[in-house]
Amino acid sequence: MPKDELKAGFRLVGTRPNRPDGLDKVTGRARYGADIVAANMLHAAVVRSPYAHARIKSIDASRALALEGVKAVITRADFPTGLTGEDWNLQENTIAGDTALYDGHAVVAVAATSALVAQDAARLIEVEYEVLPHVTDVDAAMAPGAPVIRAGNADHSVPEGMHPNVVRYIDFGHGDLEAGFAAADLIREGTYKTEATHQGYIEPHACLGQLGADGRGEMWVCTQGHWYIRRMCAAVLGIEAANLRVTPSEIGGGFGGKTTIFMEPLALALSRKAGGRPVKLVMSRAEVLRATGPTASASMDVKIGMKKDGTITAGQVNFRMQGGAFFGMSPIAEALPCAFACYDIPNLMHEGYEVLANRPKAAAYRAPGSPMAAFAVESLLDEMCRELSLDPLQVRLKNAAKEGTKSSYGPTYNRIGLVETLEATIAHPNLSAPLGPNQGRGVAAGFWFNHGGETSVSLQIGEDGTVGVSVGTPDIGGSRASIALMVAETLGIEYEAVRVNVVETGSLGVNEPTHGSRATFASGKAAVEAAESAIKQMCARAAAEWGIDPEAVEWADGAARPAGENAGKFPPLTIGEIGAKMGGTGGPISGHHESVPGGVGASFGVHVVDVEVDPETGKSTVLRYLVVQDAGRAIHPAYVEGQYQGGAAQGIGWALNEEYIYGADGRLQNPMFLDYRIPVASDLPMIDTVIVEVPNPGHPYGVRGVGETGIAPPLAAVANAVAAASGARLRTLPLSPPKVLAAIKAGQ
Amino acid sequence: MIKVHLWSGLRRLAGGAEAVTVQATTVGQMFDAMIAAHPGLEPFIKAGVSVVIDGEVTAGGRNLAVKPENEIYLIQRVKGG
Amino acid sequence: MSRIHITTTVNGETAEFLTEPRETLLDVLRNQLGLTGSKEGCGTGDCGACSVLLDGVLVSSCLVLGVEAQGKTVETIEGMATDGALHPLQRQFIEHAALQCGFCTPGILVAAKALLAQNDNPTETEIRYWLAGNLCRCTGYDKIVRAVQDAAAEMRGAA
Repeated sequence: MPKDELKAGFRLVGTRPNRPDGLDKVTGRARYGADIVAANMLHAAVVRSPYAHARIKSIDASRALALEGVKAVITRADFPTGLTGEDWNLQENTIAGDTALYDGHAVVAVAATSALVAQDAARLIEVEYEVLPHVTDVDAAMAPGAPVIRAGNADHSVPEGMHPNVVRYIDFGHGDLEAGFAAADLIREGTYKTEATHQGYIEPHACLGQLGADGRGEMWVCTQGHWYIRRMCAAVLGIEAANLRVTPSEIGGGFGGKTTIFMEPLALALSRKAGGRPVKLVMSRAEVLRATGPTASASMDVKIGMKKDGTITAGQVNFRMQGGAFFGMSPIAEALPCAFACYDIPNLMHEGYEVLANRPKAAAYRAPGSPMAAFAVESLLDEMCRELSLDPLQVRLKNAAKEGTKSSYGPTYNRIGLVETLEATIAHPNLSAPLGPNQGRGVAAGFWFNHGGETSVSLQIGEDGTVGVSVGTPDIGGSRASIALMVAETLGIEYEAVRVNVVETGSLGVNEPTHGSRATFASGKAAVEAAESAIKQMCARAAAEWGIDPEAVEWADGAARPAGENAGKFPPLTIGEIGAKMGGTGGPISGHHESVPGGVGASFGVHVVDVEVDPETGKSTVLRYLVVQDAGRAIHPAYVEGQYQGGAAQGIGWALNEEYIYGADGRLQNPMFLDYRIPVASDLPMIDTVIVEVPNPGHPYGVRGVGETGIAPPLAAVANAVAAASGARLRTLPLSPPKVLAAIKAGQ
Repeated sequence: MIKVHLWSGLRRLAGGAEAVTVQATTVGQMFDAMIAAHPGLEPFIKAGVSVVIDGEVTAGGRNLAVKPENEIYLIQRVKGG
Repeated sequence: MSRIHITTTVNGETAEFLTEPRETLLDVLRNQLGLTGSKEGCGTGDCGACSVLLDGVLVSSCLVLGVEAQGKTVETIEGMATDGALHPLQRQFIEHAALQCGFCTPGILVAAKALLAQNDNPTETEIRYWLAGNLCRCTGYDKIVRAVQDAAAEMRGAA
């Protein structure tokens, strides 16, 4: 069905109203993690390991404690023992035990009457270390003789004889690989590497925590998911979850990095030790980069077989990823199924290893694992298309997965929109823009699963017929607006009559974070269900008023109406009239919905980028950028475009500039924005977008999550464009000017 | 009976077959029956797997219904950002 | 540590505070004057989230000491809307969806206002280079640049 026809049925969905939190955010009123104070508040600072791997021999805080204004010092000894699994991981990362496992690992925390005094006190705390051998590179960490980071972490999946740093092994595939390669006219393979990058949200982690001796506490924190904060802090501190009330602040970006805890339990433990005084803890940028969730670094082998006409006959990948010094943190299980997810390939094999290294505990980062996998596979595909003189978009279209295709990870796809996305890309004018000397065009496709997740929403009808909606998914990119649009559409009322509130942990059932591209999908779907439930109750009130059967009442345009002639002749009862009278007709009317919503629709995207490479310096300039992605249906198109543009910008940064640089001493050498260089306004052109709409049958308005897919294609798209522009085919990111220049020179 | 497709790493723990067939009407029963027939699968299932039913990665847990006509795949658990 | 008494003008009103010589203007604004609209994203002058005008000059307030504000005028995001009316930049940012998380927004608005004060018709390139000191991780800058362009056009029309 053409897009316009689909949209015609909606009054509000697909429009672009102002977001309800816009005024607060352009006036400086919106309150983020560090923007709140409490009476009698203390400030905290953290002492961090300057070594990549070191035994903590002793801690002497006597000089700090002697400083006026210092109220509490905590070490691991202030936390309960006996935790296991991920809870142990969280606690060990919050504050080191016997051993510091990476540069920046927290060792001691201190609370004082001012932030400056707390920082002074932190400098007076003496920690004696015994430096241990370290390893930060993923391939080096699994090589024979590599320092063992922690023995006994490997799970049941790891084959015998592997280095103890190898903790997870995954393999899956289908078909007959040998026959697949035998059927190919061209077989190519390559090894690709990506460095760790950081989510790079501009707001550093910040919280204000209070915990009494009775085990009851409160926390204000910038997070993607406050129920996760509650559960994780409770586990690390040995308190009961229900006794910790967590309120989310406005959040200054997360991209996956704020789906877990890093320092929040320290604020609570300091508060408990300081007699229950509230403690504010705000990270510096260096702390964010050294000690919070970057993504994994990856080393990846890819082999692909292709016929002369572009048909892919076989594919094979072997990925190694490190996600820091903790089990289960690399996105290896996500990277592998994303590798070939865009294509219908009969013969496939995937293998992957997770490896420990002396680096910070990785966190999710926007479509975790997918960008690296796409960089490897989409780069090699591009090389093969060039070698066979085939159009790279036509080859992708020829092999594109569609409804009924057996996916690379096994199951059969439902309705997906990759073919439509490729067709929209091919039709776009950017594809025919002229290219000058030293300019090249690169394309790549990408995939993300999307996610439903635990969801609880409540909706209240007000006395004047306006509607409050309580959701548990923090609004990072306009989800209040999109949820309000869907609720107003469903109820037949104005957008402005709906206020969506992100509420604290005591107000709703458990919600997963705003992650997995789920907020508009899952909280939106639940809010629509809650609205339907309220409609049912309002129809019942009208039926009682009219003395007719509730089944004989229908809801349209914000009012209950008799359903047809036979139901009787009554003037419509509006939501305002029902709300005004509800106290006398049975009491408050509210709708709820709790579920783990099914019907998640996967999302595919295709990017096209034009790059100019300066042959004198190796510097790449992005001239033109196009994102085409299936949104299912764009509830608020401006914020869908925003997700596409933001994902592309992050991916461009990953491709060209961003990387964690570790010295031979295992210390992070670029823990500030000056040296960890994310794209600035002058680095980028306008980012063109096309919203493809292949509605997801699993959502009442057809929504597919849109947040994550946009970061999957850019790494390869940019690398392919740089290769086209300069002849330099680089298989290791980032494509920094010296690296590109060296490759150009080597090719001459 | 329902048919559960395994990733290749699991197949060696379940007699080498690409899929196992068990009697179950829910995901929970399906897991229990699979572990009873192939105890080697237990650590993998306990560590957490994603169940893909008719092409959709589910997270609804043990009470989700499974029927003989469903296409059921186990894949490694996936997380989002 | 002894504190120094400072008198300054913030958003048109006299403000007094006591500060340690090492405290930044950003800390003073946020912690003593309650003006938390200016944000700290880095503390090293790299992100621009703390942008304010000091005697009309755009500065990163994390790189200015509180004591340096003596006798000067400071303009922050909190003073940008006048008499309850949004500045055209503020309105255009909302209408263009030029913010997602909103954390960098105050700094970008203050910086863009400084640009338009000296160049009422900036090109896209001029806007991009002027705002290169203000990091945004959410938007890719596209809608920000368009919002500044439209605000400039609106202000030219109004002038």
